[in-house]
Amino acid sequence: MENNKHFVLGVYDDEDVLLTAIKAVRESGVKIHEVYSPFPVHGIDEALGYKRTRLPIAAFLFGLLGTTLALTMQVWMLGFDWPMIIGGKDFVSLPPFIPVTFELTVLLSALGMVGTFMIVSDLKPYKQPRIFDVRITDDKHVMAIDLSANNLAKDDIKKIVSSSGAGEVNDKDFED
Amino acid sequence: MTEERFSFTSKAKKTLVIIAIVGVVLLGLGVILTMSGDHGHEAEGHAINTVTEHSMLASADEQEQGTAVSEEGHGEAEGHHGSPVWLKRLFSNLWINNVYFTGLAIIGVFFIAIQYAAQAGWSAGMKRIPLAMAHWLPIAGVLMVISWFVVKFDVFHWTHESLYAEVGGDEIIKGKAGLWYWPLESGTFPLFYILRMVIFFALWYMFFIWIKREMLEEDIDGNVKHWYKARKYSAIFLVVFAVTSSIAAWDWVMSIDPHWFSTMFGWYMFASWWVNGLAAITFIVVMLKQNGYLKVVNANHLHDIGKFIFGFSIFWTYIWFSQFLLIYYANIPEETVYFIQRIETSQYKWVFFLNLILNFFLPFLLLMTRDAKRHMALLKVVCPIVIVGHWFDFYLMVTPGVMQFDGGFGFIEIGMAMIFLAAFVWVTLVSLTKAPLYAKNHPMLQESLHHHI
Repeated sequence: MENNKHFVLGVYDDEDVLLTAIKAVRESGVKIHEVYSPFPVHGIDEALGYKRTRLPIAAFLFGLLGTTLALTMQVWMLGFDWPMIIGGKDFVSLPPFIPVTFELTVLLSALGMVGTFMIVSDLKPYKQPRIFDVRITDDKHVMAIDLSANNLAKDDIKKIVSSSGAGEVNDKDFED
Repeated sequence: MTEERFSFTSKAKKTLVIIAIVGVVLLGLGVILTMSGDHGHEAEGHAINTVTEHSMLASADEQEQGTAVSEEGHGEAEGHHGSPVWLKRLFSNLWINNVYFTGLAIIGVFFIAIQYAAQAGWSAGMKRIPLAMAHWLPIAGVLMVISWFVVKFDVFHWTHESLYAEVGGDEIIKGKAGLWYWPLESGTFPLFYILRMVIFFALWYMFFIWIKREMLEEDIDGNVKHWYKARKYSAIFLVVFAVTSSIAAWDWVMSIDPHWFSTMFGWYMFASWWVNGLAAITFIVVMLKQNGYLKVVNANHLHDIGKFIFGFSIFWTYIWFSQFLLIYYANIPEETVYFIQRIETSQYKWVFFLNLILNFFLPFLLLMTRDAKRHMALLKVVCPIVIVGHWFDFYLMVTPGVMQFDGGFGFIEIGMAMIFLAAFVWVTLVSLTKAPLYAKNHPMLQESLHHHI
């Protein structure tokens, strides 16, 4: 992705226009790199054809890891490594282990989910974000189209974007 | 929006009548079997675990200890064990189902009240189902008060006059007497207790009527003021219910084991009622949708109420475990007897673990994914599991305290539950026909129709 530096940007004023524009642009065979907007737009993920995230699977697996880790840790510590009599209970007794197991399950599930999300979304520390247009944090919706991912000529793409209702159509190149 | 009406078909009526008849037959069969098997079973039971039974009974209930130490003056003469096993079992089941179905009815009101108080829009299309369930409330109240007087000597140990004797009485129960008998003399008529029972039902019924009136008048004139009024009643009801549901739990269930107490109990019974009510609402909604009704409810609404069931199954488990862990860890004999009675006896051990499987593990694992909550196929499986599971929860709360070692599970239990179920569903479905299936003038109906998650 680092080698693809040439983008066409469609700048939109209105989210309803944006939604129909996304559909129109995709129907004419142009692949959209990403759409940036200052606020969440309802139905934008369906319009862009995004599949549902598989993050819950990661959460479940990390949770399972937490459960296993907590139980083995406690059984090993209190049952084998350093057995202690607490309240006259057996060395290995399940009920007192449950709160710790619960906490570790939740902790690993949550941290694992955040970690997975950051890796999948390419949000590593010190990452320099590509800022397509500063107005995406203010009042404009910006549709970015990666030229190397599309076979159409730049001018054709620009024509499609501007006819879809974009207020302005710009070029954006990145040096990195 | 046009009105939608539910019609209670003769086919559905026939099914319910058949369920009730089968219930009666099973109940009769169960009674006859228990009557004839009574003696043999008891002798057998005593032979098998004489030693453990005695040591456990001694700690399990001071009433038994009392009879072991001093034969006279402790209930025995009055015939605490006077009723034959089959009758006690019948009474115990009557009480289980009374409390269980009262819960379903009052949760109907509670669900609606929460929706109004939280100003929730998503549920606007399905509020009529809990409203219909709440129509069981007056019947439940009458049934409960009457049956209390029938079952009291067998179910509620504390009703025995001799416990309050100057000499040879039960000191623990004497200390709690005011809770039941105030302002009268201990051991006479439990005025305070009966008064509470009547007042609770009266309060609940009153709020139900008020909220229902606003909901139905809204259908006619479409005035938003009804919504505001219903919200006001709902908010007050929630405060009332917070107090009354806790006290009801102590009165109707916890006082069956009068020597024992748990500070978690009010929450515990509420959690059981609540998740059970949610499962019942969902199940009725799914069934209605399957029969072509309730087009206003779609996968998004099912997803939300499915999350409710999933979340509150975990909540119930949390309360269950909070009660169990503290008692287990502190290991104080007068507290642990409650669980020893339920885990260490062959009659109840399987119910104890079944309770956890049905009410925690199965809903937790089955409802975890998004698709499970959005599709009716799985909700149709999980809701009955939860509904049956919480019946067993109440069975486990009531039976060991009433039946001691004579308890069991068989035709009596299944039959009685079927009779109550048929009656409850009948009342619910009849009430559903009386009003449109969804509120066409609900101010949040549009929001609900566009609900998307």
